[in-house]
Amino acid sequence: EVDLEERLGELDLRSDLDVPDVPPPIDSTPEIFKRALSGLSARWKNWWIRGILTLAMISVFFLIIYLGSFMLMLLVLSIQVKCFHEIITIGYRVYHSYDLPWFRSLSWYFLLCVNYFFYGETVADYFATFVQRREQLQFLIRYHRFISFALYLTGFCMFVLSLVKKHYRLQFYMFAWTHVTLLITVTQSHLVIQNLFEGMIWFLVPISSVICNDITAYIFGFFFGRTPLIKLSPKKTWEGFIGGFFSTVVFGFIFSYFLAQHQYFVCPVEYNSETNRFVTECEPSELFQIKKYSVPPLLQPVLGWETVNMYPFQMHSIALSTFASLIGPFGGFFASGFKRAFKIKDFADTIPGHGGIMDRFDCQYLMATFVHVYITSFIRGPNPSKLLKQLLILQPEQQLSVYKTLKSHLVEKGILQPSLR
Amino acid sequence: NLQESESENKLDGETASDSESKSEFGGSPPVPTSDDTPEVLNRALSNLSSRWKNWWVRGILTLAMITFFFIIIYLGPMVLMTIVMCVQIKCFHEIITIGYNVYHSYDLPWFRTLSWYFLLCVNYFFYGETVTDYFFTLVQREEPLRILSKYHRFISFALYLTGFCMFVLSLVKKHYRLQFYMFGWTHVTLLIVVTQSHLIIHNLFEGMIWFIVPISCVICNDIMAYMFGFFFGRTPLIKLSPKKTWEGFIGGFFATVLFGLLLSYVMSGYRCFTCPVEFNNDTNSFTVDCEPSELFQLQEYNIPLVLQSVVGWKTVRMYPFQIHSIALSTFASLIGPFGGFFASGFKRAFKIKTAEYNPFCFALHFANTIPGHGGIMDRFDCQYLMATFVNVYIASFIRGPNPSKLIQQFLTLRPDQQLHIFNTLKAHLVDKGMLGSLEDA
Repeated sequence: EVDLEERLGELDLRSDLDVPDVPPPIDSTPEIFKRALSGLSARWKNWWIRGILTLAMISVFFLIIYLGSFMLMLLVLSIQVKCFHEIITIGYRVYHSYDLPWFRSLSWYFLLCVNYFFYGETVADYFATFVQRREQLQFLIRYHRFISFALYLTGFCMFVLSLVKKHYRLQFYMFAWTHVTLLITVTQSHLVIQNLFEGMIWFLVPISSVICNDITAYIFGFFFGRTPLIKLSPKKTWEGFIGGFFSTVVFGFIFSYFLAQHQYFVCPVEYNSETNRFVTECEPSELFQIKKYSVPPLLQPVLGWETVNMYPFQMHSIALSTFASLIGPFGGFFASGFKRAFKIKDFADTIPGHGGIMDRFDCQYLMATFVHVYITSFIRGPNPSKLLKQLLILQPEQQLSVYKTLKSHLVEKGILQPSLR
Repeated sequence: NLQESESENKLDGETASDSESKSEFGGSPPVPTSDDTPEVLNRALSNLSSRWKNWWVRGILTLAMITFFFIIIYLGPMVLMTIVMCVQIKCFHEIITIGYNVYHSYDLPWFRTLSWYFLLCVNYFFYGETVTDYFFTLVQREEPLRILSKYHRFISFALYLTGFCMFVLSLVKKHYRLQFYMFGWTHVTLLIVVTQSHLIIHNLFEGMIWFIVPISCVICNDIMAYMFGFFFGRTPLIKLSPKKTWEGFIGGFFATVLFGLLLSYVMSGYRCFTCPVEFNNDTNSFTVDCEPSELFQLQEYNIPLVLQSVVGWKTVRMYPFQIHSIALSTFASLIGPFGGFFASGFKRAFKIKTAEYNPFCFALHFANTIPGHGGIMDRFDCQYLMATFVNVYIASFIRGPNPSKLIQQFLTLRPDQQLHIFNTLKAHLVDKGMLGSLEDA
């Protein structure tokens, strides 16, 4: 019986070439497609399958948008869980660690803990009125960090207690693999949800820009592609990259114009405690009110106008599309490198013709973080209800001194009239 | 951990599983890998048996380290911060080096540069957040600092992204797996080492007592558990660390709680330990001067009837902080050791000989320079979880939010939001009776 540690030691030292390939996934294309497309050549058949499923996914996407923010949150959560599952499964395959005691339970437990922590930090703020009414929830919110930490510690101690002689290295690898996966998938998905609460437009425009970039880069590459872009992904070409960039910027610009007109997309999501549902109704902020911009003299002859009516948000959409086209692909290259490193063709075979969920979302990795950082740096101030909640927790003397500072500030700015009562 | 170092410093070729079966009392005395004991000590202790000599050497050096610790405390918060920073860098370097050794990846292009670059980025991010919170007025005064602070997250993210893109561009065929391993290794190390050290600095800013008491409790627990185990140890505690015993564990627990109570009592009397560290704009230096909070003011407590007969008093004067110190000591004794077991498992997993290795540490790495002590530094791996616990504890039970940070956030809101918050706060204060219904100046 071969010692597992010995085997692992060899695995570490061998170069990539020596590691055996994982067998290709089974062809899971449904029968119906096969019959309908039986007359076409293999390449076009592949094209059609991918095309049909792309349309199917986009339709599902629109359906969910129609159903509202809560459904979108659930969708994001399910995708997160599926991505986590896919990456962990790859870890098991690489390390042959199906039989490790406890490990699957521990991974899912950690996923639960980290999600609990993040949901408590972010979502709880939005449900402030709902929470005020219930005693037990108040307790959970007040000591939230402590409870999350205690839950995490339990998992940590279980891990230490589960260490088995001869399997130490394997267990540490899986522990690290789980944590890195959590870091990537869970934090990203919570940033996506925070962006969503800022306004559905901050969720839709970035994701669509990435998808658009993917599709248009592929199309430009298909028709005009000549010079390869990077050794890592030999199919990508410079023509596709640049063509995709310009089309994505134009797409983002036009798409934002349409979305910015509807309150449904533009308003921050709020929870209405009377009707017990999410509402998106507000006075649109100045980002979403049409303004006149002067066209720079250079472009005037091209466009033929002197001024143009645009939403300020469209300027921001240019920044978002630029990021999606220029930096987003690096997330894709990272995933390609990862798949090469571990000799897998696709993350999983969930979607026929498209691979796993992770394959579709690899370019979205960095986008969600970028949008969140962009919003907090340039758009939104801090969350008012969270600020209020923190003010109310302060000691009374602190509250009084803060009150005085705020009052003098407001009077100075003319927002508050000095009272004469 | 003290005991483990003896068994780990074995003749080369023995694996960890072999060392498990030997015990300090039954087997032959452990052979140190190299005897670096200075001549002075050698001569002074020449007539003692080797076991007691080892004991004395360790004892003396423990005292030396504790003295060093006190000197650093005396020098003040700025020096402490610098020490924590240096220790963090050294730990990062050591763990990364272990990674290189495990994966034979010295020759990977770019990788050492990239690891240090990521360390720099993450530190920049955390220091920026800390500086913005605590040095608010200083930051507002200086124009470049103000801009850096306003767009801090964006700048940090851009720096990190640059590193990420460099990593992707540096992927070399045939070495993908290795590069991804090292990328993962670097990130996990950053997550552990850098976040811990910044939590320690946050604790420090809360008041030096929040820095000293937890660290001392962990040290005390290690020493006490060792002593109780030495004199009374019989039943083994966990397969992972065969030298640990239940007697040592329980004895260490009670001794640490008692030690924590006494140390807190002594420290709570001094302002320099209990006051939050603040930056004084006028003198441009750190000051620890304040009205001690009610945590650090003596109060009368009624002794529960159960203990009255034992102790003989009806009431006792204590600082409320001492009650909190019980929680801290309990954590240090019960959960802290799990950090130690984690590190033991890690060392076994990667077959690291103790003398070179010093994970999750917050002390200088003396390795073989301290004779027989290669393992004593491992004591600090129990500090791993302690810093996080103290930080979470403070945030949950002690400190509220930072008022100046709240004001800073308030100022960035829109006027209508500001008005709404102001009115809500006013209504709240009127409710509480803090503010009369008439406006005051």
